[in-house]
Parts: sequence; C-alpha cells; structure tokens
Amino acid sequence: MAFVERTVKEGDNLAAFFEGGEERRLTLTDGSRIAVIGGGPAGTFFTYFLLRLAESIDLDVSVDIYEPRSFAYQGPAGCNHCGGIVSESLVQLLATEGINLPPAVVQRGIESYVLHMDVGTVRIETPLQEKRIAAVFRGNGPRESEPLPVSGSFDGFLLELAASSGARVVRKLVSATSWDTGRPRVTCSDGTSATYDLLAVAAGINSQALQLFQEIAPGYQAPKTLKTFICEFRLPREALDKFIGPSMHVFLLDIPRLEFAALIPKGEFLTLCILGDDVDNALIDTFLSAPEVKACFPDGQVPAPACHCFPRVNVEAAAQLYGDRIVWIGDSGVARLYKDGIGSAYRVAKAAAKTVVHHGISAEDFRQHYGPACGRINSDNTIAKFIFGVSTLIQRVRFLRRGVLRMTANEQQRRAARRHMSTVLWDLFTGSAPYKEVLTRTFHPEFPAMLGWNLLAGNLARRRANGSKGNAHG
Amino acid sequence: MANGNLGQWYAKGHVVVRQGEIGDNIFAIQEGELEVVKERQGGGEIRVAVLHAGDIFGEMAILEKEQRNATVRTLTDARLLTVDKKTFMSRVHEDPSLAFNILRMMAKRIRTLNAKLGERRSRVDRRRAERRNVGTRRKGPRRSAA
Repeated sequence: MAFVERTVKEGDNLAAFFEGGEERRLTLTDGSRIAVIGGGPAGTFFTYFLLRLAESIDLDVSVDIYEPRSFAYQGPAGCNHCGGIVSESLVQLLATEGINLPPAVVQRGIESYVLHMDVGTVRIETPLQEKRIAAVFRGNGPRESEPLPVSGSFDGFLLELAASSGARVVRKLVSATSWDTGRPRVTCSDGTSATYDLLAVAAGINSQALQLFQEIAPGYQAPKTLKTFICEFRLPREALDKFIGPSMHVFLLDIPRLEFAALIPKGEFLTLCILGDDVDNALIDTFLSAPEVKACFPDGQVPAPACHCFPRVNVEAAAQLYGDRIVWIGDSGVARLYKDGIGSAYRVAKAAAKTVVHHGISAEDFRQHYGPACGRINSDNTIAKFIFGVSTLIQRVRFLRRGVLRMTANEQQRRAARRHMSTVLWDLFTGSAPYKEVLTRTFHPEFPAMLGWNLLAGNLARRRANGSKGNAHG
Repeated sequence: MANGNLGQWYAKGHVVVRQGEIGDNIFAIQEGELEVVKERQGGGEIRVAVLHAGDIFGEMAILEKEQRNATVRTLTDARLLTVDKKTFMSRVHEDPSLAFNILRMMAKRIRTLNAKLGERRSRVDRRRAERRNVGTRRKGPRRSAA
C-alpha cells in the first residue's frame, strides 16, 4: 500500500492516538509515487530535498518530474524567462547544502553594484571583495549565442542534480490532471497517464500548465502578475569588461511607470531587465534613450537585442497553495516580490519537501508546516511594497536622490565607516536579505541622522555650485 | 580569474585560517586542495587532514564561538567561497536542516579521525611490543651466561 489512511477508533491506545494525530492522516510510505509538474528551480529543489530527506529516514519513494522543455535549446525554447541572478545569500546557502555552482553555469560572478541616477553614479562593493552573486542563463543562452555545454544552463544543472538524486525526468507535456480514487492522476498530451500519491505543481507563472487544475482544485486561482521586459544584447567581451565589468548596473531614473531596471553581464551578453507598470515599447524606448543608460554601451550606442521577451512575475500569492495530496510551489504559489525569485523557490520547495517527508501530505499538514514558510514570504512582500514605494519616491524627487547618492558615495570611500545606506541598497538590489531586515537597518539611530546631514550637505553644495556658476555667467 | 568563477582565489601556501584566531566565516572549497594542520606546543605541526573541492571548513569556530582550533593552508591554488557567520546562523535558526550537510561532514571527519587514531594506537602498541621483544632477546643470553 503506497499510502496510509488511518482513522482513530475507540480501541486505539494512547500512543497510537498521538502518533496518528489527526482523524485522517495521509503520509508517504515506502513505494509512494510523487509527480512534480515543472522542472524549473522550484520543482528540482523540491525533488532534490525530498529525495535527500527521504533517504535520511530510509523512506523509499519515487519522483517523476514532468518537464517537456529541453534546457539544451538556445533562445526562448530552452529558457524559463528570468533575469537570471542567484543572490548572494542563496549562493552561500547552496554551498552550505553542498551544492556548488560550477563555472560552466555561472556566466559571470558579480562582486559589486553600480547605481545610476541622473544626479550621479556610485559603485557599491561587497565588503569581502568576493564574487558571491551568480549571473546565469536559465536556458542554453540567447539566440545567436554559442551553445553552452548541456550543464551550462542553470535550470539544466538543477534538473541534472535532481535526476542524479534518483528522480525520473519525463519529457512530456502534461495536458490534464484528475482524481483517481482519491489520488491525483496526470495525463500527458500523448495520451499516457499515471496515478500518484502526491502532486507538486511547480509550473512557472508563464506556463499554460496553471490552467490544468480547475478540475482537481476548483479553489486554485493563479497568482496576480506583472508584465516585465527582458532582453539580451550581444557585446564584445572587451567592451563588456570596460563598460560593465563584474558589476550589475541598476537604474533609479525618473521615468514615468518605471519601477526598476538593471543591466547584468553574462558571458558575451548583457541582460536588460525592466520592471514597471505595464511595460511596453514606449517605456523601453524612453529608458534606452536615457543618457545614463547609453553611457553603459560603447560609443553610447545601444545595439539591437539578440533575444527579448515580456515575461510575467508573481506579485501576489495564489488563492490556494495546497490541498490533500497536492501542493503548489514556486511562482505558481508564492514568490518574493521583484527580487530573488530563485531564492524564494528554494525556501518554499525545501519547506514543502520537509512537510511531505516528516509530517504528511494532507491539507492540514501543509497548513501547519508549509503554510508558515509561504506566510513569511507574503508578509515580507507587504513590507517590500512599502520599501519600493519609498524607492519610487526617491526616483521622483531629485532632492532625495542627491542625499542618497552623497551618503552612499561617502560610505564607500571610507572603508572603516559604518555603511548604513550602502547595506540597505545592497540588500535591496541584490535581494540577499529579507525586506524586513532591509527596513530594520533604517531604524538604526545613525541612519536618519546621516541621511538628514547628507540631504542638507548634498543639496546645499549643489545650490552653491549653481549660485557660483550663475554669478560667473552673470 | 575566469568570469564565471564565484568566490576568491588563494595562492598555493596561503594560510586561510590560522589556529587561535577568532573565526567569523565558513569556507566552501570550490576548487583546489587544502591541508588542515595542528600546531604543536613545542613547535612544528601535524597534518590532520587534506580537504578537497566540495568540502567545508571553519564551521567549528562558528558553532562553538571559539578560536580556530587548527590552521588551514592551501596545498594548490584554491578557489574558496566565504559563507558569513550572520547569514549562516540566521538561516539555521529559520531552517535547522541547513546544518544537516555540515553535521554529516563533521561526522565523516570524526570517523576518519577515529580511524587514524586507531591506526596510530596500533602502531604505538606494535612498537612497544617490538621493543619488549628486543629487550627480552637482549636480556636472555646474559641470564644464561650468568
């Protein structure tokens, strides 16, 4: 029997009662079968941790990952449409877990951020001067790129990791899901089907697969999304080294509807990510014509992109994240707002894996043990909305931009100084720390004092310079 | 350094961690080999272990809040990734299973050390036995001559 359904009866002894816990308990047992729909980071992390945790308690289960996409293809066919940044904290956590990203996967190690504003530019460096942020291709690189080794794709690398842990990768498109005597059944487009003890949905937000669960989970509603823009520019390596270097370039420009934009170097490509309110061609053109952006390209000329897409990102969690024998993980459930989506996929995938191995696969098990991990990300996203509101205010008000720039530049020049603004900006741009921690850093008594001083000094200096320029010209 | 390398390169012979220092980081070896040596009180040192890519070191000083109990030096050029104490400890409190890999690695190290201690003990016992045998042989003829 591949699962346990136990009812507490009058005859059960006390130990059995506490062992059983709930009236009806669903757990994985030896021989249980699990289906994972989607072989992106959420699905592969879930599989990897599930199999590792199961092995640690001698639980013999099998996992099938349904992923029709081959990450060996270049361009959109092999890509999961994402900026492709593995955050500093995730790189460290994975190393601690024994997962080290090989150089073939890391297209560029990032060691600093360059913040561009109309009032100036400042480089924010990591305190250890070490490359701990990974710029990766989710697939096998953009169109026109040299093919990477098969394991050069980040998603391909994780899928291989899951497969080497014992998972079976099924290269088929799932066309329907249904219940088969109380257990989830997965049907593929070629007509084959299989019944499982647990179904984990890790299909990305841009996947049509999210429409497949109306029958088995009528309460599920896909997350709310926001349209973004991602494109790849091909540039000579020397130009990339000279104009971009081992840095991610972020832009806080006063352009209507623009929330945030970044240029990320990867191999011989430069990835542009734009987040904003209903990103369209007009917004992209305005952004690319800004002098601060042009200055990042040789001769100030922005080349035609080699590849581009308008993927959607999760901005509000799905209405239902779990049920009996079914769980949604990654973008199809809850994700961190704007930053470190791969990191939040890792967190929820691991929480889901721990729940199914150590607790059970009923809705109640997920509510108790998986729900809190999702809840933490949701609450953090509420704080994020406030922080990005402040960031938008800074984008719109030049007076504030001058103060932020001056404070950051001063901190970067003085090695021994406490880097209040730098660490806030670093964690905000890199997505390395929860938004709550970013906010808490601004509560340090020195932060408002230093910001106040730099706002005054930065704007007075500017007024004096303008005054003397006016006098000189007058 | 190639663009796709994470972490930092250390030249052959570089001391990454010194015995007696306060530790703030854990290191994950990405490439290369390192040796763990224990400094003797009277001078000199004993090699305790050789570490390879995939190994982690420096965790004991973090977990115990103690000084580093051994020196770690590169045997080849090595690329290491630093894991901050703060990042590690705060995430371990959120997700204790994060320490599982480190526990497993420590258990492996203890097993290896136990095996080495056992071998050393056997060698010492063998030498003592040999010395006793030699002594018995030397004493034997004298007695008979007397």
